Amino acid sequence: MESLKKKESARIDSELLAHVNWSRSSKIWIAFLLLVFAVCLYYYIQQIKNGLGVTGLNDFISWGIYISNFVFFVAASLIGMLISSVLGLAGVKWIKPISRIAEILAVAFALVAGLVIITDMGRPDRLHHILLFGRIQSPIVWDISVVITYVMLSLLLLYLPLIPDLNVCKDKCCGIPAFQRKIYKVLSLGWTHTPEQYQLIKKFTRILMVLIIPVALAIHTVTSWLFALTLRAGWDSPIFGPYFVSGAFVTGSAAVIIAMYFYRRNFGLKDYITEEHFDKMGKLLVLVALVYVYFNINEILVPAFKLKSGEAEHLSSMLTGHDSLMFWMVQIGGLILPFLLLLIKRMRRPLPVTIISVVILLGAWFKRYLIVVPIQQHPYLPIQNVPEEFMYYRPTLAEIAITCGSFVLVLLIVTILSKLFPVVSIWEIKEELDHEN
Amino acid sequence: MENDPDSKSSRRSFLQKLGFSGAGVLSAPLVLSSCQNNPDKGGASTLKVLTQDNHLVEIDSASIRPVADKAEREYLQKKGREGMPGKKFVMVIDLSRCKNERACMKSCQNAHQLKPEQHHINVLEMHDEANGLSYYMPKPCQHCDNPPCVSVCPVDATFKRQDGIVLVDNERCIGCRFCIAACPYSARTFNWTEPRDAEKYKDISYNMELNVPQKKGTVTKCAFSADRVRKGQLPYCVSACPNGVYYFGDANEDLVTNGTTRETVRLSSLLKDNFAYTLMPELGTKPSVYYLPPRKPGA
Repeated sequence: MESLKKKESARIDSELLAHVNWSRSSKIWIAFLLLVFAVCLYYYIQQIKNGLGVTGLNDFISWGIYISNFVFFVAASLIGMLISSVLGLAGVKWIKPISRIAEILAVAFALVAGLVIITDMGRPDRLHHILLFGRIQSPIVWDISVVITYVMLSLLLLYLPLIPDLNVCKDKCCGIPAFQRKIYKVLSLGWTHTPEQYQLIKKFTRILMVLIIPVALAIHTVTSWLFALTLRAGWDSPIFGPYFVSGAFVTGSAAVIIAMYFYRRNFGLKDYITEEHFDKMGKLLVLVALVYVYFNINEILVPAFKLKSGEAEHLSSMLTGHDSLMFWMVQIGGLILPFLLLLIKRMRRPLPVTIISVVILLGAWFKRYLIVVPIQQHPYLPIQNVPEEFMYYRPTLAEIAITCGSFVLVLLIVTILSKLFPVVSIWEIKEELDHEN
Repeated sequence: MENDPDSKSSRRSFLQKLGFSGAGVLSAPLVLSSCQNNPDKGGASTLKVLTQDNHLVEIDSASIRPVADKAEREYLQKKGREGMPGKKFVMVIDLSRCKNERACMKSCQNAHQLKPEQHHINVLEMHDEANGLSYYMPKPCQHCDNPPCVSVCPVDATFKRQDGIVLVDNERCIGCRFCIAACPYSARTFNWTEPRDAEKYKDISYNMELNVPQKKGTVTKCAFSADRVRKGQLPYCVSACPNGVYYFGDANEDLVTNGTTRETVRLSSLLKDNFAYTLMPELGTKPSVYYLPPRKPGA
């Protein structure tokens, strides 16, 4: 904030609006994403035509990377709640320049999570059956309800604090088409920067921040219940809710750090997203990783000590058998090591912390895979009289392409949102500066 | 579900005219096809039909109208969902008699139009390490009284009927496979691709109690042969077994019939005398399938 104090209001406007345009490079990037997405879409059309048989799934391992990717996306979307709501309500000041980034990621991941779950359906043409015949006792119905609620609340939480900035966009953005200016005008709802209006925005943002906390906890808890409410050894765990939520904060914090690094470099926001922010986010990551390690110890050590009949097989395959390589890489490489490194101050500088975050994010994706898939390889009754390949699951090209498609879609949404709107809240930065002066 | 009042009443009057109720509908298309074959034999042609109480009656063939496909489907649907009042179907599997003949699996896969890797009933080779015992264990759906698959289904596509049978409605199933994840007995199978002989059966009305034709992207499972049971017959697997492994019957009557010997015995004494057990009772699913141990105690 020190470097900002000398800046005039007009300069802050122009610096924070500098990336709100359709530059050549952004157009190329969007075209590239669309092209990749089209390829992935081709595979999804193949899947619709030929059925889920194009995947590596079978009667025994019937949930694969679509489901684990869904869990990953829901996890990543939870960061909006942690940063803008929990820290925001606690009065933490340094989150101001990054809270919108967290919200953009939350919206993108939550929206696409909803689509990812559709790609896992055997009959996507019967999606409306959930509305026609939905049964309240099914965790899937709970999940759909809370995910939709969370998307809506996150959109509102992104939009409300954006209204004053939209007005600035309308007046001060240059090189944008006329209809885009018109969109800003409509969306800014006749904003005139009066103190009463600011009061209103703050009041309603606060209400949303409070509302979104239970909903965010609910989406990931219910997602964990998709597993925990079954009788399968390994999923049948009462701590799955908090275990998933704590993991979600690790995933989301890492995603925000990566986004921060990208925006800071490419959108010229060095004075706004400072080294201090990376340091703080690094510390936050240490905290949430520590909580997650604690839950991991509970989730793995407790059953591993007892080796109950149903769980023993699954645990030994995870700790020393078929899935042990991935397991230890995820636990040590993707969680413990990054956590230890982040304790060192130098590692919390922008570049190192971003690299560590990429590793954490990768580890987090495979962690979801390890939660979903290996347990299904060890049902209570033996897998017999089926082809050999039913014993293990190997995702096919189509499945991987469709999953990549979901990532491309997240990037596409994030790109478009950050080319349409300033990623750092202009009015909140100015307000903060006024306070300090 | 919305019922079309016209089709419903015409269906009812059609049934009344035929003197059919319940059991007759499956044969109705046959009767109809026979009267459609001679439509030009003058308006005065009549048809002899046996009523439910064994009276032979004649009706004017001109007044017979085929049941609309939609009405027939709705009827099958309703019948399939409700089940048979006052019944509680159970199966007893005598493991000491199973010789891994697999006639049960074959007849089941034929009846339900299943592919070789799809099993409604699967004969597993089990090893009891504690007793050094190997045995074959046929494993159908356990038709649990506390079915985890039914609890998790988001659309009521899988449900428990009043007669204890757990069925799947493959016209409603959305293919989320939550039931497969939830079933501790791995009793369910999925149509990952186009089902067996899909082309051949594509115009056939869906029969929920038989769960055919199978549909791509939906779950399928053992139905305790609800279609046969309704006709008072034993399930496909039970009657196919050459070794007398299976007993099937109604727990309310306390009687079960062996599929091979046709011997009917008292269920409670069969279970008690042979130290019957259910699979994984600790899970609290309350199966309707009982197992008699692979080796008689003391033998």
